[in-house]
Amino acid sequence: MLNLIGNYSLILALITSFIILILTFKNFKSKSILNLSIFATISVQFFLICVSFITLLLAFINSDFSNLAVYNNSHTAKPLFYKISGTWGNHEGSLLLWLFVLSLFIVIFFFKSKKLLDSFRILTIFFQQLIILGFLLFIIFTSNPFQLIIPTPIEGLGLNPILQDPALAIHPPILYLGYVGSSIIFSSSLAALVCNYTNKDWANDLKKWTLISWIFLTIGILLGSIWAYYELGWGGFWFWDPVENVSLMPWFCLSALLHCTSVLEKRSNLQSWTVILALSTFILSMSGTFLVRSGILNSVHTFANDPERGIFVLIFLTVLIFIALIIYFKFNNIEKFSKSYLLSKETAIVINNWFMMYFLAVVLIGTVYPIFLEAITTEKISVGPPYFNQLIIPFLIPFLLIMSIGPKLDWIKNKKLEIKIIKIVLFFISILISYLIAKNFNTQVLYSTLLISSAIYLFFISIIDLKNKSLKISQKISHLSFSILIISIILNSLFSEEVSVNLKKGEEKKLSNYLLKFENISRSQIDNFTSLKAEIHVIQSDQKLKFFPELRLYKVPETITSEADIKTNLFSDNLVVVNYLKNTDYLNIRYQKKPFMLFIWLSAFMLAVGGFLGLRKNFK
Amino acid sequence: MYGKKVKLRFLFLSLILIVLILTTYLVLKSLEDNVVYFISPSDIKELGEINYNKKYRVGGMVKKNSVSMSTDQVNFVITDFKNEIKVKFSGVIPNLFAEDKGVVAEGFLQDRNFLNALKILAKHDENYIPPEVKEALEEK
Repeated sequence: MLNLIGNYSLILALITSFIILILTFKNFKSKSILNLSIFATISVQFFLICVSFITLLLAFINSDFSNLAVYNNSHTAKPLFYKISGTWGNHEGSLLLWLFVLSLFIVIFFFKSKKLLDSFRILTIFFQQLIILGFLLFIIFTSNPFQLIIPTPIEGLGLNPILQDPALAIHPPILYLGYVGSSIIFSSSLAALVCNYTNKDWANDLKKWTLISWIFLTIGILLGSIWAYYELGWGGFWFWDPVENVSLMPWFCLSALLHCTSVLEKRSNLQSWTVILALSTFILSMSGTFLVRSGILNSVHTFANDPERGIFVLIFLTVLIFIALIIYFKFNNIEKFSKSYLLSKETAIVINNWFMMYFLAVVLIGTVYPIFLEAITTEKISVGPPYFNQLIIPFLIPFLLIMSIGPKLDWIKNKKLEIKIIKIVLFFISILISYLIAKNFNTQVLYSTLLISSAIYLFFISIIDLKNKSLKISQKISHLSFSILIISIILNSLFSEEVSVNLKKGEEKKLSNYLLKFENISRSQIDNFTSLKAEIHVIQSDQKLKFFPELRLYKVPETITSEADIKTNLFSDNLVVVNYLKNTDYLNIRYQKKPFMLFIWLSAFMLAVGGFLGLRKNFK
Repeated sequence: MYGKKVKLRFLFLSLILIVLILTTYLVLKSLEDNVVYFISPSDIKELGEINYNKKYRVGGMVKKNSVSMSTDQVNFVITDFKNEIKVKFSGVIPNLFAEDKGVVAEGFLQDRNFLNALKILAKHDENYIPPEVKEALEEK
């Protein structure tokens, strides 16, 4: 019954989608007035999509196994929280979530854009509706979440246990809010091009949407990272895995756009560039979804999936890109160039954009190259982390230095370059501190010194700037957090330590400075899994740490997951992960010391908070 | 003489060109150094020349009854049911590593029969077999 309601409301939503497209097109052609009938159909569509999303949610909560998606991804023994998150933990449900957010944003756009040009608003709704139409067709024809199985099975197949985690339960919706937010950026840019509306008002509106997507994308990436850190037990937070890269690429684009919109807003410059960035952001988000969903990416994160769906997304994507290109070249007649000088805030922002584009290009090539190579030569390769590290980290040095100078330059032309003694002193202090840190390492002292000092210098300057009244609070917080993030990441990678060993119960082994002891193991039954808790002692000189890492044995599906025992201090994380091998008495034990992890999480979070402050200010 | 604007344009364009060339060079150079090739045990036998200083990823199935463990290492055999290769590994074993399941090991080849693995790749899905392994399995 519920399934039918969900299914029919999707089909009805498809019909309203056509109605909205016709209505908006007619209205744009004739009088360019956004009338009530458009709003009414949008609301109806939103309501219908809400209904079908809620039906799916209920099907998951009630474990209604007559629904194929529920059967494939749920189980009665699963806790309620994961039943709910199971709704979007699978392909069909996650697409429905995309759709839900798409239509939610169209409603928000309607209310928040009342001050803008009517013809622009109508067109934005038109383009946004095209995207919604594409998704509706995709869902209804290739991945319907309301497919029935007859006869109804008694029990479901269960959700992949590795996904049963609080961080990962909210990770997809947040990430999607970021991706989908960029859809409004996309449609609004196309509309602005057609209406020749690429002016300050538009930039101001665009900035809000950019900020919204950027905030959600930042938090989404952060959550995914946190999950990988403690659930996968690899003891890292970023692996340059294709699936991670795919979320990072729109992030670079959005960050560039964020800076570039303020140039457009303040100086009416860089219109074309802003539009290009805005269009690419959404295209990157979409391609990301395509690559992850199609199974083309050879990633360790890849879950079993269906290549045919990929084809649909590919066609859809091509159509979108095609439309975007046609409109861009047909209507792009802006290019009034207001003058500015070399030493100005504009230049600094343009440089920021160049760096962002460089980082984007590196990540894009590293991610896509293996796919092309395989298509051409059938040789299978993977691009490892050293590629990214080599190409990105050295360029952080100039990037950070410019970041510490840029914000204080004036628009148009900087009056005079003030050189304060204190800044020079700080510069040398940063170099000194960095040298003291870097000299502990025999290799690459110069390189590390330069890298750390540029980050520390940005940190100092950002601290001083906190008192500077002429700068925006959002920018101050975000730049400061970024400097802390980079410093923490560098120190983390330099000072991390790890040892691993296989031990039987009662055995101990000394490795470098650490004595690892496998004391005990106990078994207990919890919820839907059996828990094996080991007691591991790690002794370093006089300090003794006790760890209780856990192995979880799930029955449906039959899987083992490791739960690391992490002891978090302000300055460092200590963690132990264990794993066991069938038919042996050995436990595979890894102890890691990870400095500054807390700082990495907090600073990444503060980065998003900075964005949020900017958003609040813009909405006032 | 050209106007100032044309000169500026020219400067700008040449700057873009230089940056593009530089980026391409850096990217290609770095790719060349850091690409890891994926091979099956049979590929190793057929490979004309093996670079012993380069990392490879070897994929296949963990042979039944081949896993043996000691305090500091794990030994096992990867097979594609035509050829096999011995693997030595010390470090962290992923959760889904088991006999008769798909595996991908990354490391340096010692000779054509022996891989010094530095990493065993984790997978998230108990039914998931790396596409390369699947193909290798289908071929047989």
